Amino acid sequence: MQTASERDLLSRLHLDGALLGGTVLLCALGLLVLYSASGESTEVVLRQGLRMLLGLGAMCAIAQFSPAQLARWAPMFYLLGVCLLLVVAVVGTGRGSQRWLDLGFIRFQPSEIMKLAVPLTVAWFLNDKLLPPSVPVVAVALVGILIPVGLVMEQPDLGTAILIIVPGLLVLFFAGLGWRWVAAAACAVAALAPIGWYAMHDYQRQRVLTLLDPTQDPLGTGYHIIQSMIAVGSGGWSGKGWLNGTQSHLEFLPERATDFIFAVYCEEFGLLGVLVMLAAYSLVLARGVQIAAGAQEGFGRIIAASLSLTFFFYIFVNMSMVIGQLPVVGVPLPLVSYGGTSLVTLMTGLGILMSIQTHRRFIVDS
Amino acid sequence: MPWNRRSWWSIVLGGDRQFGAQKRDLGMFTRRLWLGIAAMVALATVLVARLGWLQLANHEHYITLSQSNRLRLLPIPPTRGLIYSRDGVLLADNRASFALEIVPEQARDLERALLDIRKVITLEEGALERFAKEVRQKRRFDNVTLKSNLSEEEVAMFAVNRHRFPGFEIKARLTRYYPLGSQFAHLIGYVGRINQEELKRIDVSDYSGTTHIGKEGVEKAREETLHGKTGYQSVEVNAQGRILRVVDRVAPVAGKDVHLTVDTGLQAVAAAALAGHRGAIVALEPATGAVLAFVSNPAFDPNQFVNGISTALYSEWRDSPDRPLFNRALQGLYPPGSTIKPAMAIAGLHFGQRQPGDSSYCPGWMRLPGHTHKYRCWQKTGHGTVDLARSIAESCDVYYYDLARDLGIDRMHEMLGQFGLGGLTGIDLPGELAGLLPSREWKQRARKLPWYPGETLINGIGQGFMLSTPLQLAQMAAVLANRGEVMAPHVVANLEDAATREVESIVPFRRGAVTLKDPAQWKHAIEGMRQVVNGPTGTARATGKGATYEYVGKTGTAQLFKIAQDRTVRNEDVAKHLRDHALFIAFAPINQPEIALGIIVENGESGSKTAAPIARQLLDYYFATLGQRDANG
Repeated sequence: MQTASERDLLSRLHLDGALLGGTVLLCALGLLVLYSASGESTEVVLRQGLRMLLGLGAMCAIAQFSPAQLARWAPMFYLLGVCLLLVVAVVGTGRGSQRWLDLGFIRFQPSEIMKLAVPLTVAWFLNDKLLPPSVPVVAVALVGILIPVGLVMEQPDLGTAILIIVPGLLVLFFAGLGWRWVAAAACAVAALAPIGWYAMHDYQRQRVLTLLDPTQDPLGTGYHIIQSMIAVGSGGWSGKGWLNGTQSHLEFLPERATDFIFAVYCEEFGLLGVLVMLAAYSLVLARGVQIAAGAQEGFGRIIAASLSLTFFFYIFVNMSMVIGQLPVVGVPLPLVSYGGTSLVTLMTGLGILMSIQTHRRFIVDS
Repeated sequence: MPWNRRSWWSIVLGGDRQFGAQKRDLGMFTRRLWLGIAAMVALATVLVARLGWLQLANHEHYITLSQSNRLRLLPIPPTRGLIYSRDGVLLADNRASFALEIVPEQARDLERALLDIRKVITLEEGALERFAKEVRQKRRFDNVTLKSNLSEEEVAMFAVNRHRFPGFEIKARLTRYYPLGSQFAHLIGYVGRINQEELKRIDVSDYSGTTHIGKEGVEKAREETLHGKTGYQSVEVNAQGRILRVVDRVAPVAGKDVHLTVDTGLQAVAAAALAGHRGAIVALEPATGAVLAFVSNPAFDPNQFVNGISTALYSEWRDSPDRPLFNRALQGLYPPGSTIKPAMAIAGLHFGQRQPGDSSYCPGWMRLPGHTHKYRCWQKTGHGTVDLARSIAESCDVYYYDLARDLGIDRMHEMLGQFGLGGLTGIDLPGELAGLLPSREWKQRARKLPWYPGETLINGIGQGFMLSTPLQLAQMAAVLANRGEVMAPHVVANLEDAATREVESIVPFRRGAVTLKDPAQWKHAIEGMRQVVNGPTGTARATGKGATYEYVGKTGTAQLFKIAQDRTVRNEDVAKHLRDHALFIAFAPINQPEIALGIIVENGESGSKTAAPIARQLLDYYFATLGQRDANG
C-alpha cells in the first residue's frame, strides 16, 4: 500500500507508481545490457538514455489526457497515420524496405503511430455498439485494422504489421467478439497459411525454414539463431558476468543491441537474471491487467487489456525468437532493446494505462 | 439478426448501447481477461521451460560451443633438427629465407603499391594474378604472400623503400639447406613439401604447422627425431576470425640434431675418386658397422628439391642416362663377381670340401662331364696348379668352378647368405634392396625351372643370377674383417637434444655371425686377400705397392656382355655402357681392422684397373688423417 501523500502526489500528476517503477527498472536493466552489448559505448548508452527520458515524457504527457479525450482523438491519429503510410510508400527511405519518413529534423516510422492508433480507434468504434458486435461492425473494424497492416506489409515490415494487427484483434476480442468469429478466424488462419507462405518474401520464408532446422544452414541463415542459442545456453544459471559475454563481445551475435539484446542479457546474467527481468515485466503486466479489471468505462477496459496483452506479446515473441522458438521477426524487447521509436510508442502505451487508471470517476467502494 | 433491419449507416455510426447490457458485458470481459491471463501464464511457462532447457540442461553443450567459437588453436611448427657429420661439419642446416607478405587491409592504395613494388623486386609472370586470386579468397586481415625466396638484394631494396609500402612485410622462414650439396645427397636425402600420400601416413595434428617432410635418406629415416613436436597457441578470435589475444601458448619442441658416423673428409675423397664415373662406394667400420663414407655417383643437388624442383630440371635428372637420382649404393644391383671368392673359400673350408693346401689345375677353362660347354677362366692361358691362397690372389675362376661343383648350390647359398648377400643389411636408411642370392627354391618359384648344375659353377664366381648392392659388398668385406661378426651397418652415431645437450647414442647392433667349425680357417682366406694387394702375382699388386699400412682386398669384374664360346672380346671394343663393371672389396689393417670397403665402378672394365686404385686412395686418406686422429683422440 502506498501512503496517502504519495498517492495524492502521483494521482494529482495522473501517474501510476507501479507502472512507473516497473518502467524505470526495465529501462535501467536495458541501459545496463546495452552498455555491454554496444561494446561499452557510453555514447550509445547516453543516446538511449535520452530516448528513455523522451519516452517517459511522452508517457507522463499522455497520462494527463482522459480516456474519453484519447478516444475522441484516436480516429484523427488513425487517419493521419494512414496518410503518412501512403506518403512513406512513395517517398520513404530505409535499407531494403521503405519504413522511414525523413522530416529533416527527425526521422520516424509512421507505422509506429498505428500500433496505438489502431487499437484506440477500433475500441472507440466498438465502444457504443451492441455486444456482441454484429457482422457489419466486425467487418468495418477488420477493414480498419487491415488497411494500415496492408500498407506496412508492403514496406515490407512483417514485425510491425504483426504488432499492429495483434492489438487490433485483441480489442475485438475483449469487446466481445463472438466465439464463432474467433473459431472462424482460427480456421481462416490455418487455411490461409499456405497462401501466406507464397505471399512471403524469400527472406521471410527462409527465416521460418531456418527455425525448423537451424543446423541445416549453419553459416547462412541458421547462423544467427545458432549463435543466439549458444549465447543463451552458455550463460547457464548465473551467467558469465556483466561485460564478460564472449558471444556478444567477440561479435558472434547478430543485432546484439537491438532485436537480440536478450541473448546478451542471458549470456551475461544467466537464468537468474532472466527471472529478475521476467519479474520486472510481470510487475508491469500485473498492474496493466489490474487496471483493466478496475476500469470503469468499456473503452478503458478494452484498451487496458489489449495494451497489456500486446506488451506481453512483444516480450514473448522477442524472447522466443532469441531462444529459437519462433522465426526471426523484427520485434524488439520492450523497454530494453536499443532504438527510439518503439520505445516511445511502448511508453506512450503505458501512459495510456496510467490515464485509464488515474482518470477514474471515483466511486466509493462499499 | 438485428443488422438486416437497420440501415448500414446507423450500424456504423449510430450508438445503440442498451441499458442492462453493462452488467452482462462486464462478466464477459472479466472472463476474457482471465483467459488472457491464463494464456500469458502458459506462454511464460513455455518461455521459462525453454530457457531452463537451454541454460541448465544443455549448459555444458553450449558452453563448449561458445568456447570453440571463441578459441582457435594455431600450430607453432618446431625447428627441424640439424644433421652433422662425424667430424662435426654441418650437413643439413635451417636457413632463413625471406618472403614478401601483404596484409590487404593495412595497405594504402594496394593497386598503386603493387605497381610500385615492381621497381623494388622482380615479379614472375602470373604472380600478380595468383596474388589477386589469393587476396579474394582470404580475409582482409590475413597476410598473403606476394613473393617467396627473395634474394638478399631484394630484401635490402625493400628495407630501404619500406616506408612507401604500408601493410607490406618481409617474413623470415626457416628453409632446409644442404651446404655440401650433392656430396651427401644420396646419404642425407632431402626434405620437400608434404604430399597427399604422406598426409595419409603422418599424424596430421603433429604436422599442422609443418610444410616439409623428409623424402629420402637420413631426412626420411630419422623424420620423427628431426621433426620435433609441434607447439600451439590458443588465441581468442572474434566472429570474423581476427586474433584478439593469446590465451595460452605451448612452446614447440625442436627436433633433435642427428650426428652421422660419416666423415666429410673420407666422403669427399670417395666422391672425388668417383668423379666422372658411375658407381658407388661404401666404407664401414667393421667393429661397429658404422658407415664412414657413402657415395653414389653421379649425384644431384638436394637443395633443388626443398622448395619444389622445376619441371625442366627434374625431367633432366630423371631422364639422364647417368641416372643421378638413383641411389646406387643402396639400390644398385650388380653381379658381385670375384669379390665373393674369399667367402666361397671360407665355405669350402667350413664344409670340409677344401684344405688350404688342396689345389686345382687350371688350364684356362673347365667342362662339366658329359657337357660340351666350356666354363672359361678369365686367364685364357690358365693358372696351372692353384691352391686356396693363390686362387684368391690371382682370382682363378676354374678353382671356384671346381669348388662350387663340390659345394653345390645349397651350401653356397647357406654360407654366402650368412655373409649378408641376398638379404637386407638392416642399414638405417630407407629403400635398401636385398639383391639376389639364388637357390633351388628361388629358381623354382621365380622361374618355374629346376636348378641346373652349370648354374652352380657360374654363380660360384659371382656371376649368373647373383646380384648385390655396393652396401652388401662393403658388409661382406666387414664380415671378413671381423672374422665372422655381422654388424648391422648404420649411418647415425647419436641424437642430440640441442637444448639440453642430452645425447642418445645409437648402440651398434650385432646381427649374428658366420661361425666356422675352426675359426683359424679365416686366416687362410684373408691371406689370399693379402696376396691380392701384396703378393707377387696378386690381381691388385700394382695398387698395393708402398702402402704404409697393411691392407687386404679382392678384385671383381662383373661381365655384362655375353661372350660367345671360343671368342675373345676386348673391353675397348665394346660400347662403354656394356663394358664390365669394376669391383673391389677391402679392409685394413689386417689385425683389428678399422675400415672395410665396397666399391663398384660401372663399366670400369676391371676391378684391378679402376676400383682397386680408388680403394687405395680412400685407405691412404683414412690412415693419413683419421687413423691418426683416432689415436690422438
